[in-house]
Amino acid sequence: MIDDAHAAPRRQAPGSAMTSEASMAAGSAAAPRLDLRLTVNGKERSLRLDPRVTLLDALREHLRLTGSKKGCDHGQCGACTVLVNGRRINACLTLAVMHEGDSVTTIEGLGTPEALHPMQAAFVRHDGFQCGYCTPGQICSSVAVLEEIRAGIPSHVTEDLERIEFGEAELRERMSGNICRCAAYPNIIEAIREVQEQGA
Amino acid sequence: MKFDTPAGPNPSDRGRVLGQPRDRIDGPLKVSGRAPYAYEYHAEAPGAAYGWILGASIGKGRIARIDRRAAEAAPGVLLVLTHENAPEQGEDSDYAAPQLQGPEILHYGQAVALVVAESLEEARAAAALIDIAYDAAPGHYDLAEERDQAKLPESGQTPPRTDVGDFETGYARAPVTLDVTYTTPDQSQAMMEPHASMALWEGDTLTLFTSHQIMHWAQEGVAATLRMPQEKLRVVSRYVGGGFGSKLEVYADAVLSALAARLLGRPVKVALSRPLIFNHTTHRAATIQRLRIGTEQDGRIVAIAHESWSGDQESGGTAEEASSQTRLLYAGENRMTRNRLATLDLPFAGSMRAPGEAVGLLALECAMDELAEKLGMDPIELRVRNDVGYAPEEGPAKPFSSRKLVESLRVGAERFGWEKRTAPGLRREGRWRIGLGVAAAVRPNLAQPSQARLRLDGQGQLTVETQMTDIGTGSYTILAQVAAEMLGLPLEAVTVRLGDTDFPKASGSGGSWGANSSGAGVYAAAAELRGMIARKAGFNADDAVFEDGGIRAGNRRIALADIAGAEGLVAEAGIEFGDLSEKYAQASFGAHFCEVAVDADTAEIRIRRMLSVAAAGRVLNPKTARSQCLGGMTMGIGAALMEEAVVDRRHGLFINHDLAEYQVPVHADIPHMDVIFLQEEDDKSSPIKAKGIGELGICGVGAAVANAVYNATGVRLRDYPLTLDKLLREMPAAAA
Ligand code: FES
Ligand code: FES
Repeated sequence: MIDDAHAAPRRQAPGSAMTSEASMAAGSAAAPRLDLRLTVNGKERSLRLDPRVTLLDALREHLRLTGSKKGCDHGQCGACTVLVNGRRINACLTLAVMHEGDSVTTIEGLGTPEALHPMQAAFVRHDGFQCGYCTPGQICSSVAVLEEIRAGIPSHVTEDLERIEFGEAELRERMSGNICRCAAYPNIIEAIREVQEQGA
Repeated sequence: MKFDTPAGPNPSDRGRVLGQPRDRIDGPLKVSGRAPYAYEYHAEAPGAAYGWILGASIGKGRIARIDRRAAEAAPGVLLVLTHENAPEQGEDSDYAAPQLQGPEILHYGQAVALVVAESLEEARAAAALIDIAYDAAPGHYDLAEERDQAKLPESGQTPPRTDVGDFETGYARAPVTLDVTYTTPDQSQAMMEPHASMALWEGDTLTLFTSHQIMHWAQEGVAATLRMPQEKLRVVSRYVGGGFGSKLEVYADAVLSALAARLLGRPVKVALSRPLIFNHTTHRAATIQRLRIGTEQDGRIVAIAHESWSGDQESGGTAEEASSQTRLLYAGENRMTRNRLATLDLPFAGSMRAPGEAVGLLALECAMDELAEKLGMDPIELRVRNDVGYAPEEGPAKPFSSRKLVESLRVGAERFGWEKRTAPGLRREGRWRIGLGVAAAVRPNLAQPSQARLRLDGQGQLTVETQMTDIGTGSYTILAQVAAEMLGLPLEAVTVRLGDTDFPKASGSGGSWGANSSGAGVYAAAAELRGMIARKAGFNADDAVFEDGGIRAGNRRIALADIAGAEGLVAEAGIEFGDLSEKYAQASFGAHFCEVAVDADTAEIRIRRMLSVAAAGRVLNPKTARSQCLGGMTMGIGAALMEEAVVDRRHGLFINHDLAEYQVPVHADIPHMDVIFLQEEDDKSSPIKAKGIGELGICGVGAAVANAVYNATGVRLRDYPLTLDKLLREMPAAAA
């Protein structure tokens, strides 16, 4: 049985006038909406957003680009990694409205099932994933890591700051913000190595 | 198809597609972000409202007052449910998971409210406006304190106690004895995809997109909770972002999204927030394990006892059955095992990858290492000496269907360079102390009935449909391989559709039974389809050969596409398992080898190399099977070195409830690792002759790590995880 009498839903358009007493309680004012324009996977997009919307939720819930994953929403897992102006970022840790004019690349923008990006193809070849949930983040990170090394950006394990040696220690260190509980780690490293060697 | 006699030669033996290291067929969708997970069905459940669940912030007691008015008045809010206005639901049971049914709080993180709003941000903000006062009651949160009150549970996955011969007398008479106690902490499955559900009602029919390992369990559980007929409930989990046992249960996201969607008349989606997951959902319970082993001077075991204590909620609680593998692994005439259960008010205990064995072997396989040292024997030789060809509690009347433990140890020793192992604490490379460790692996082979439907169309394309799930295990790929092999088709001609209760009921993913059981289900349906094809084409099914997309007998050949014709052919069948598992003990076996380096000054532990050797029946796809092993090995390293859900004994919660504080291995922790599969076909396991592998990979790994740490340092820690603080206290002087 459903006890509808007590559970009558309130239907209220966002931001409509509040009538009940409790509406005066703190937090009851509707949040303003802000306009935002950004480029996502090469396409210009305009959004009107609650300023609390993260970049990740803007992508997943508003643009329906669900390839970027939410594993923790706290910057602890890396599943939400996307490229913003070419640099990797945890999309859950940044508000969408902070990205006016930015250019965002998500996993969907790297390649399609029919035309995979070389890193995506290498992940398939090396079985660099199992459940696939951390995978878009791992792949976006991998692509960015190769760029970072190329650009001479050092990491915690870099011995010679003038000359970064490409190797597994560098890769493992730089990829450690992307957790894979299925633990495809060794296969991911092999996939990245292969792409690096082919690109070299 | 009933499987009750050992499998003879059959078409699954050909090895053209099945058994080959093929890339995952779902790979391109996953790596391009196009595979939909539970929270992502925008097109199928359009306009979904967003739910946010509030969890109890006490460990035990009751809600004294809960005021939802401010939340209801907050912008965008559509519905607030608490125990005061939630619909009545089915009784709590093994399946059902009623939510918000009263003021009683059984555990921290139990759902106390659901807020549904137009947006996630609004729902989350409104949830913070719910005003709750609790009457907290004192709870029991400390396993060590409750140990003496523990009892043998009435039931379990395995018997709570076994006795063979006379352990006490045998142990008292043994010339060499070992009596040690190990502890393992609470652990969290911590799969990467949070539990999430999207509910869509059409009339009185519910479609629930959710993330679950076993479709019919989810269907039974949600239907019983909502008191609706199962036929009216469709559950869909096409892609599951990891489970590791956590997604064998139904939680508040599924139940409350369904209830709210019904009340609101529109789709509702709810995901558990990451911090909520650790206390709202199940975990692997902490254990205390005492091992007593008595041997002759030559290492032959004469008496062995393994006793385990764990805790869970009073009602519906289950024990972590940490002693059960000890019934299978080594010989010895006098034996005793116990899996005791204490009452704790922590969140519900549940399954996590290899429940029982994963932590049982952490204790048993270190105890074997300790015993070997006491005897002055090599730990591999001690294990070989106690190998046994039959279930040791049942005697020679119940032989193992196959058991390649000794071969696993020997092959691994050879490949890993075991002869380089020194006495403890002797090997040094600069600031690093180096050690090698070994452990045996065992995991019983379980099977479940499983069905499938195969459709062959006029283009010669085959579609496999079954409720089986792919939780990262590779089900999509191996089921396509089974079907392709059976029908002589290339892998590319096979499409697999999974994770939907509209398809025939399947084993689902749990207990390592998925690949073998659902593969055998596809085998049965394929055998049926072969018969239909042969009959339609006028062939004798027994001497027809299926290859290259056609059926052939003598020099007559017809393409399958032509036989199927425009209307196509559909076969539906399944596998049921008879009593071969009673006549034969069935398990996968293996051995793990580990090399660690321990910093002489800081006691930092690094895994340098790792090798697993596995004998698990036919390997259906060496590529995906290897990945399963890598996953298990890594989780085993986590268990050995870092994973611990820390109990706050004042408030009764796991305090490190997020992915930064609950530490799991990351890239930097895991080196290159090797896996070797021994050639094996187990004809008593199923027609496809495979056994479970997803859990074997974790069984014993942590003990191999711990034994390597001992070999490096001479320090034996018996309290997992082996963190630096514990090791540092005991480390030998750095200069030594
Ligand atoms: S979802 Fe952003 S880091 Fe986990
Ligand atoms: S593939 Fe499952 S978490 Fe990485």
